[in-house]
Amino acid sequence: MDEKQYLLRMENISKDFFGNQVLKDVTIRVGKGEIIGLVGENGAGKSTLMNILFGLSVIHETGGFQGRIFLEDNEVNFASPFEAIEAGIGMVHQEFILIPGFTATENILLNRESTNYNILVEVFGERLRTLDREEMHKRAVKAIEKLGVQLDPDMLVSEMPVGHRQFTEIAREMDRQSTKLLVLDEPTAVLTESEANTMLKAARKLADSGLSIIFITHRLSEVLEIADRLVVLRDGQVVRELESSKTTPREVASLMVGREIKDAISVRSNDSEESEIVLDIKDLWVDMPGEQVNGVNLQVHKGEILGIGGLAGQGKLGIANGVMGLFPAEGEVHYKGEILPLNNPVSVLSKGIAFVSEDRRGVGLLLDEPIDLNIVFTAIQIQGRFIKNFLGGLVKWRDEKEISRVAREYVDSLQIKCVSEKQEAKELSGGNQQKVCLAKAFVLEPDLLFVSEPTRGIDVGAKSVVLETLRRQNREHGTTIIMTSSELEELRSICDRIAIVNEGKIFGILPPTADPADFGLLMLGEQEEVKSGV
Amino acid sequence: MKDQSLTRAKNPLVRFAISNAVPILFIILLIFAVPLSGFSTDYLLNEIITRLGRNSFLVISLLIPVMAGMGLNFGIVLGAMAGQIGLIFMLDWGVVGIPGIVLAMLVGTPIAILLGLLAGTILNRAKGREMVTSMILGFFINGIYQFTILYGMGSVIPISSNKLLLPRGYGVRNALDLLSVRKVLDNMWSVEISGVSIPLGVFSIIAALCIFVFWFTRTKLGQDMRAVGQDMQVAATAGINVDRTRTLSIIISTVLACFGQIIFLQNIGTINTYNSHDQVGTFAIAALLIGGASVAKATIPNVFIGITLFHLTFIVAPRAGKELLGQAQIGEYFRVFVSYGIIAISLALYAWRRQVEKETERRRAKAAIKAAIEDGTGG
Ligand SMILES: Nc1ncnc2c1ncn2[C@@H]1O[C@H](COP(=O)(O)OP(=O)(O)O)[C@@H](O)[C@H]1O
Ligand SMILES: [Mg+2]
Repeated sequence: MDEKQYLLRMENISKDFFGNQVLKDVTIRVGKGEIIGLVGENGAGKSTLMNILFGLSVIHETGGFQGRIFLEDNEVNFASPFEAIEAGIGMVHQEFILIPGFTATENILLNRESTNYNILVEVFGERLRTLDREEMHKRAVKAIEKLGVQLDPDMLVSEMPVGHRQFTEIAREMDRQSTKLLVLDEPTAVLTESEANTMLKAARKLADSGLSIIFITHRLSEVLEIADRLVVLRDGQVVRELESSKTTPREVASLMVGREIKDAISVRSNDSEESEIVLDIKDLWVDMPGEQVNGVNLQVHKGEILGIGGLAGQGKLGIANGVMGLFPAEGEVHYKGEILPLNNPVSVLSKGIAFVSEDRRGVGLLLDEPIDLNIVFTAIQIQGRFIKNFLGGLVKWRDEKEISRVAREYVDSLQIKCVSEKQEAKELSGGNQQKVCLAKAFVLEPDLLFVSEPTRGIDVGAKSVVLETLRRQNREHGTTIIMTSSELEELRSICDRIAIVNEGKIFGILPPTADPADFGLLMLGEQEEVKSGV
Repeated sequence: MKDQSLTRAKNPLVRFAISNAVPILFIILLIFAVPLSGFSTDYLLNEIITRLGRNSFLVISLLIPVMAGMGLNFGIVLGAMAGQIGLIFMLDWGVVGIPGIVLAMLVGTPIAILLGLLAGTILNRAKGREMVTSMILGFFINGIYQFTILYGMGSVIPISSNKLLLPRGYGVRNALDLLSVRKVLDNMWSVEISGVSIPLGVFSIIAALCIFVFWFTRTKLGQDMRAVGQDMQVAATAGINVDRTRTLSIIISTVLACFGQIIFLQNIGTINTYNSHDQVGTFAIAALLIGGASVAKATIPNVFIGITLFHLTFIVAPRAGKELLGQAQIGEYFRVFVSYGIIAISLALYAWRRQVEKETERRRAKAAIKAAIEDGTGG
């Protein structure tokens, strides 16, 4: 295409957050009336790229970005989203930005209401103009018609199904006559299939009328259906641009996931398949905000390391939190043949199940306490260990000597970098805090261990120690481990089986040796395309 | 507004009862207490009409901050102080009758605006804790007010009339007579219907205020306040200046409270220089809550129902108390006890309702997801 025809060009964009390179030399171009699908794993940098375009304050506050942006061949650099809107760029965000107690109309026209003059305006200013409800209604209806969807302009947002909320947001952009480019950041993530279809039709209709659209989504077949071109982002780089008519979900998925397996995995023989089932989860529902679980069935074999993977927000984290009783759950869970009571963390812990939470600083650690006390804290509370009894149990005393001894043991074996075991947990780096969390779980001598995002936010060195430690715990103590992680690579390096969660359900269980593309497809909910046996 | 907590309860009758639990409770109480007190209907009607005239303006001044999501504004005490300062100057300058009232309002308004601006600025730094902050701010400004009146007036601030000052030559006396403006608004246009006198003048002012408040909700500023009240973040994203909008709501409330206090005091006929404003916030807020309002939603009907129930309770309680326990003072204790009690209960109730609301919301979301899955998403 000739340069002149592009509505938007973002050229050689690079961005780091405090040294963490998130985008590297990314170039994308969008033509007039074109729909570009922007795809990539969580953390690939899609939202960051759009935030740069939009001039969001997070970008300016973290040192800006490198590269140039051209809108209709004029170089732009928006200081705030308002300038971007002014220039004709509309963005529909991942989270709804709506007022729940307002109607669709009121939200569509929020802060752009039609008003009438009255005499008090002369004294008190423009804000005392009265709303022109009739005109507002007309404008809302017009914006909704442009979208071509069914949406009641007088319905309160709080009473709308999610899909309608999404339409309301898009209609808001449609009311702005100047909108030339619409950015949709995962607009269909929360929609039902029929809503998503309507949404796609609407997008197509808008593009046909000359609007350009950047469409971010994880639903590959959808995006292939409506986008003209696809840009695949991986680790902050554009790995490929594809004509959507000339590619398949499979190709896109493998480009997204990409990496070849680095170290050969020690896959054990399938003996765990026949071994007994320690944990049997039936129809588990968990109310964990942002990580909702919607009816999971899962069987865990004795002595295995089971991985749970999936994209953020699909519910993989909810499973462990639900079984451990940290979030309201429903369903049936059997542990060693007995019913495991839900919503009761203490009884779960006392049955010999331990949990290393993804929320290190919130749930995992007592930040103001020393390392040693952190390590033994749950053991004291739940198992009554490390306690000396005096006067026949009337006076209880912590056995400081024994606590220190055990703590030092773990400090050595997990290579926790600290001044001494008396150092406060909050002074440790993320990786070392994580190791303390692991030690805290190991000291309980659990038969079953849940570990969630064990390597999130820690450096490479600490990562391998953490993974090695888990593997050793599994080998040497026979601890069954259920590890939840966003990093597929890491799951593939230590797990015996990997379950992939999508939309709050298990979409399939694959061996670590399966084709990376198959993992990608499962994560994206494209079950039919998967070739390895599910 | 935000308060749709139980609007989704199953049975409409149950729904109504739950969302109006407080007024219903008071009505039941009154059904027993009114006959026990032995007061005549005429007497009670007269009293209620007087109280409505006296208090409505003050209670209405609470409505606008509620709309802006700032809760029940104890800061109206600041407005009351401004009104009193206006009245003191009016007395000093010897302006009487309706012009006197207008003068007091004119003097009070800039003071109220300044205090409102101060309160708004401070409350913007205490988002989510507006009620308690405005209450403490009221105590603080009260200190400054008392200091100014006790030491500043007659020394730094010129007060010419010796009748207003303490014998030592500076500082305003404890109690000031408002004879020159006593009931001028009430008597401006008053009719008597079968023994019940109705101050139509005051009521027209109140009606005008109600119309203003209603009209105000339909202005751009009113709409912005509703948006800010529901979700500051979303409002800010849409380009609404959140802090400024909130400050404006407090300023309007403070100025209205200033007028409200002047109307209140002209009816009473005296100012207790150092305490007249003390309980203004508490009583107005208690009345509004008894009328069925909540921290997040308050309407004009809440105002009138609330004042009627609140004051009726206090008129009949001493007599009923005497009949029941042989003690009349019980009524006065009762008044303070009930006011603070009702505020505490309403706040707790509100927190509880929000909890229930969240729970329902979550269950709804879950049902929606279940339906969506059965709908066949993702195979
Ligand atoms: N404000 C921020 N500060 C630090 N790191 C950030 C910030 N926003 C995003 N990141 C990091 O940038 C990377 C890309 O994130 P994002 O653009 O949100 O990915 P995507 O939208 O593709 O899932 C992630 O590793 C994320 O942790
Ligand atoms: Mg994103």
